[in-house]
Amino acid sequence: MSYSFDSREILQTIEMIDQQHLDVRTVTMGVSLLDCADPSMARCCEKVYDKICRKASRLVETGCAIEREFGIPIVNKRVSVSPVSLVAAACEAEDYVPLALTLDRAAKAVGVNFIGGFSALCHKGFTESDRKLIASLPRALTETELVCGSVNVGSTKAGINMDAVALMGRVIRETADIDPMGCAKLVVFCNAVEDNPFMAGAFHGVGEPECVINVGVSGPGVVAHALKACKGEPFDVVAETIKRTAFKITRMGQLVAREASKRLDVPFGVVDLSLAPTPAVGDSVAEILEIMGLETCGIHGTTAALALLNDAVKKGGVMASSHVGGLSGAFIPVSEDAGMIAAAEKGVLSLDKLEAMTCVCSVGLDMIAVPGDTSASTLSAVIADEAAIGMVNNKTTAVRLIPAAGRQVGERIDFGGLLGSAPVMPLHGGSSEEFVARGGRIPAPLHALKN
Amino acid sequence: MKAIVSVFAHDAKGITAYVTGLLAEQDINILDISQTLMQEYFAMIMLVDLAECPLPFDELARWLREKGEERTLAVHIQRQDIFEAMHRV
Repeated sequence: MSYSFDSREILQTIEMIDQQHLDVRTVTMGVSLLDCADPSMARCCEKVYDKICRKASRLVETGCAIEREFGIPIVNKRVSVSPVSLVAAACEAEDYVPLALTLDRAAKAVGVNFIGGFSALCHKGFTESDRKLIASLPRALTETELVCGSVNVGSTKAGINMDAVALMGRVIRETADIDPMGCAKLVVFCNAVEDNPFMAGAFHGVGEPECVINVGVSGPGVVAHALKACKGEPFDVVAETIKRTAFKITRMGQLVAREASKRLDVPFGVVDLSLAPTPAVGDSVAEILEIMGLETCGIHGTTAALALLNDAVKKGGVMASSHVGGLSGAFIPVSEDAGMIAAAEKGVLSLDKLEAMTCVCSVGLDMIAVPGDTSASTLSAVIADEAAIGMVNNKTTAVRLIPAAGRQVGERIDFGGLLGSAPVMPLHGGSSEEFVARGGRIPAPLHALKN
Repeated sequence: MKAIVSVFAHDAKGITAYVTGLLAEQDINILDISQTLMQEYFAMIMLVDLAECPLPFDELARWLREKGEERTLAVHIQRQDIFEAMHRV
C-alpha cells in the first residue's frame, strides 16, 4: 500500500508531539502470577521475582526502541501483576510485606517505573488472604518505592463491603502516619477493571491471559489546542472536534500497542482511551474545560463540560482501536493537573464539585491532599460516597486521598515528578464515626439484577 | 522500510543540497519531497525508502541528528507508519 504524502498532516503530528505534549502515557505489561503460589513465602517470592524478570526483561528496551523509531514519547513502561492476595493465599505467612519487597526488586531489575497489583478484591467479603494483604499495605507501600496497591471495596453486582470501607480508612490513616507518599500509591476502587494500564490502580485481573500488553494514551494538550480554534462555536462543533482529535491520539496508541505486542510476542490487550494530564503547563484537563468557556474549573457548568469531554473522547477513540478497555475517559487527578491545582488553590474547585465530576468521567477522587489530622472514619465516609456513585452508576470510581501529615488547608504537599504537588483541600466537619462503624454490606442496587 | 525525514531550520542557502547529500551517502532513496516556509523558518519533509541503507534505524537517526546539528538544522527521522495511522481511517 502506498502512502499518500501530505506535509500538513506530518507537520501537525510533529507539532502535537513537540508542542502539545502528545505522548503514549504508558505501555503496561500484565503478568499473571497465579502459578507462583507456594506454601513457603520465600519460595513464592522467588517464583514471583523470576517470572516478572523473565516476562518483562525486554519491555523497557522494546518500549524505548519504538519510541525512537516512531518519534513518539512513551513516558512510562510498567508492569501489572495478578492481585497479590490471590497469589499469596496459599502462603502460610501472616505478613505479605516480603512479597511487596520482591515486587519492588523485580520492578527495579526490569527497569520499569511502577509495578501494580499489591491488591485485594473484597467487594463482597474478605478472604483470610485479603485481610493479610490489607494489613500489610501501610508497610508495603512505605517500605517500597515502586509498588502500587489497590483494593476493590464495591461493585454494582455485589454492593459495597462497608467493613472494607472502614478498614481502608484506617489503612490510609496508618500509611499517612508513616509516609504520606505511600497513600499516593494506593487506590480504593468500586467496580475496578481488570485491564487498566494506568497506575496506581493497575492490576492483572483473573480473566486476563498469561501475559498481555495494554497501552494508555494521553493528550489533553492536543485536545486543548484543537478546541482553541473553535471559540464561540456551538457544542456540536466542540464534541466533533474532540472526537476527531481523540481518534488521532488513539490511532497512535493502537499502533504502539500492536508494535509492542509483535516485538515482545505478547498478545495485545486493550488501548485505554484516557486523557491523563501531567503537571506540565498545557497538559491539563482543567484547561480544556476552561477553553470551553468556564472562567475557572470547578464553577457551575464544569460537570456538563466534563461530561461532554469524556463522552467525545470515547466516541472518537473507539473507532481508532480494535480493542478499547481499561478506564477510558478523562482523568481528574488534582495534583497532576496544573489547571486543577490552580483552581483548588483559588478555592474555586471544591471536593464536592470533584465528587460531582466523578459521576461523569472515569475514575474518581484522585490525588487529593486532605488535612493531616483527618480521621480514619472521615476518610472511610469519603470512600463510601465515591463507591456509591460507582455502584449506582455502573462505572468505575476510585479514591486516592493523601492526608498531608502536619499540614492544614491552604498549605501544599509536594510528591515530585509525575505525581505533582497538591494544595490541602478542606473536608466537611462533623463525624461519620457511627455511620462507618456499622459495617456490613450495602446491598447491590436493583439494576444489578439484569439477568 | 519507509520513513519520514523532517528538517527544520532558519532559511538559508544549500539546506536541501546538504540534507539530500547526507541521504545519498547512506544509500537512501527519496520518494517524495515537500518544502515550505513558515514565517522565517524552513520546513522540509521527505518520504524516503531505507531498503538499501546500511545503518540500523537507531544509528541512522543519531547520525542524521548529529550531521544536522553541525549546520544548526533539526533533522528527524520517524517511521512513516505513525503518520499514516494518525491521519488515515
